[in-house]
Amino acid sequence: MADTTPGSKPVVDTAHGPTTGDMIETPAARMGVLARAWDSDVAYSFRRSPVTILSALVALTMILAAVFAPLIAPQDPFDASQLNLMDGFTPPGEVNEFTGNTYVFGTDPQGRDMFSAVFYGARVSLLVGVASVLFSLTVGVTLGLLAGYLGGRTEALIMRVADIQLSFPAILVALLVFGIARGVIPPAQQEQATLFVLILAIGISNWAQYARTVRATTLVEKSKVYVDAARLIGLKPFVVMVKHVLPNVTGPVLVIATINLALAIIEEATLSFLGAGMPPTQPSLGTLIRIGQQFLFSGEWWILFFPAMALVLLALSINLLGDWLRDALNPKLR
Amino acid sequence: MIAFIIRRILQAIGVLIAVGLIAFSMFRFAGDPVNQLVGIDTPAAEREALRQALGLDDPVPLQFARYIVEAAQFDFGISYQFRQPVSDLLASRAPATLELAVVATIFALVVGILMGVYSALRRDTALAKAFQAVSLIGISLPTFLIGILLIYVFSVSLGWLPSFGRGETVRLGGWTTGLLTGSGWAAIVMPAVTLGLFQMTLIMRLVRAEMLEVLRTDYIRFARARGLTNRAIHFGHALKNTLVPVITVAGLQFGSVIAFAIITETVFQWPGMGLLFVQAVQNVDIPIMAAYLMFVGAIFVFINLVVDILYTIVDPRLRSSLRAPT
Repeated sequence: MADTTPGSKPVVDTAHGPTTGDMIETPAARMGVLARAWDSDVAYSFRRSPVTILSALVALTMILAAVFAPLIAPQDPFDASQLNLMDGFTPPGEVNEFTGNTYVFGTDPQGRDMFSAVFYGARVSLLVGVASVLFSLTVGVTLGLLAGYLGGRTEALIMRVADIQLSFPAILVALLVFGIARGVIPPAQQEQATLFVLILAIGISNWAQYARTVRATTLVEKSKVYVDAARLIGLKPFVVMVKHVLPNVTGPVLVIATINLALAIIEEATLSFLGAGMPPTQPSLGTLIRIGQQFLFSGEWWILFFPAMALVLLALSINLLGDWLRDALNPKLR
Repeated sequence: MIAFIIRRILQAIGVLIAVGLIAFSMFRFAGDPVNQLVGIDTPAAEREALRQALGLDDPVPLQFARYIVEAAQFDFGISYQFRQPVSDLLASRAPATLELAVVATIFALVVGILMGVYSALRRDTALAKAFQAVSLIGISLPTFLIGILLIYVFSVSLGWLPSFGRGETVRLGGWTTGLLTGSGWAAIVMPAVTLGLFQMTLIMRLVRAEMLEVLRTDYIRFARARGLTNRAIHFGHALKNTLVPVITVAGLQFGSVIAFAIITETVFQWPGMGLLFVQAVQNVDIPIMAAYLMFVGAIFVFINLVVDILYTIVDPRLRSSLRAPT
């Protein structure tokens, strides 16, 4: 059995800091944190791969654009007072014959600037994606640690539930959770609650994979001497789990989280596209695609095209980053 | 081995009951079934009578037992939005979904195997690399976007294929089929390709990897030494040995195909169970959601059970390893 996965090494190193006495004095050790990060194996493999650099750039641009959408976007596409019906159906880049306005991505039937709509949509998509990944990561890592460390009945119960859930597609689980939540929440509050319901639904549908990986890694770590040592000096199981085992399972978890972010964004878009997601008053990219599909036959292709492109670029770039991260950290995932 | 099969069947029933528990909790606790079935102006006495008739005042474990027994007899209650028995609704929609799933799986098998064999035998050609690129796209593009893209190309731009529905259908007893009419076949092409694309890429990658593995083995070298033609070696010897895992994967994936039909059916407005389920989620029609969950759960459990049992029958080496209690 190898020692800690390469991925968890940076975490351990920074925890000890550069002053650790037994560290060999290499040129790298004398450099600052940033310079050392630049010199690390992970950064090296990053610099070596043009595809990864490109996807990082695309992902970063889109994330920044989404986060700062209210500052960058020419208009607030969901403030009715800023819309002009005369601007409706302006093709991208063309001058509107009534108002003389030009829109890079064109406008929808209400005269909404699609450029701004895509920014705001990506904002909702990313918000749901990141929040649901954090949710499933928290649940999955906690349950995985408990299962791996405690063993016995706890382990059997958690892993059996995970097994059953993993045999169903995530989208089906998310749809069911969404439907149940719709049945429980009173109609008046449904629209504000949708965002949280989606985060919950997508989060619940993805926890099992974290639990499986964390349990497997925990089982490996548990048999190592440092865990025995920690137990021998009388630390409580909780402290051993959180302070000693948890840092060593972060590598694989980080990889799953990145790939899952892309999946969660696609899952959210699919739910919204199916009409079981964000409402048109607060659309994500999926809702925009659902709306745009109605204009496919009448020739207004841009209402569909730009949200779809944004979704594909966002999901693909994050996915490629995840693939790279998996290869770079090379944890024992499969 | 009999003991293993019995244990495996008991395990499958356990999983089904667990799925049933989830379905029952949805049915019973997500919203009040009585409120869904009556109008606003229904008097309280009538509501109480309905509550009695539905048995909602009984102890919950008894209700659960009744739900399971009724579900085993394909009685899933009455749909809130259609006011019809859920089982009738599902039965009328099942042929569309099953036909779509079968055609999609056959498409995925045939095209996936052909592409896989080609890209294993002619690894460095441009076409093989194009196949690899296509498979990458098939995995990373969201299903519904692929469907919309197909509609845009083949319905909107070229006008070759219909963008929604099943075309003309023919009744055969209790089964409606679209596979006996020209318009039915035209209508199934795009949904089946959309639905099967993911499985196709999966099968292509699997066949390619397995073929490359098999072509390196000694018995292939021996076949070459015997002077057999390339064709006999590639298809008679190599491909045959890759088919077992391929068919296993295709079989195990069949449940997923049916579940993923939810998305495809919505894009193409295909009148199957998936579309029914999506509408049920939108309208909070809990009995349909619960019944669909039970149906898909039963399919998954059944397929896994059959594959496991077939494996122990086909491959004696597995029997000893399966003795360990699970």
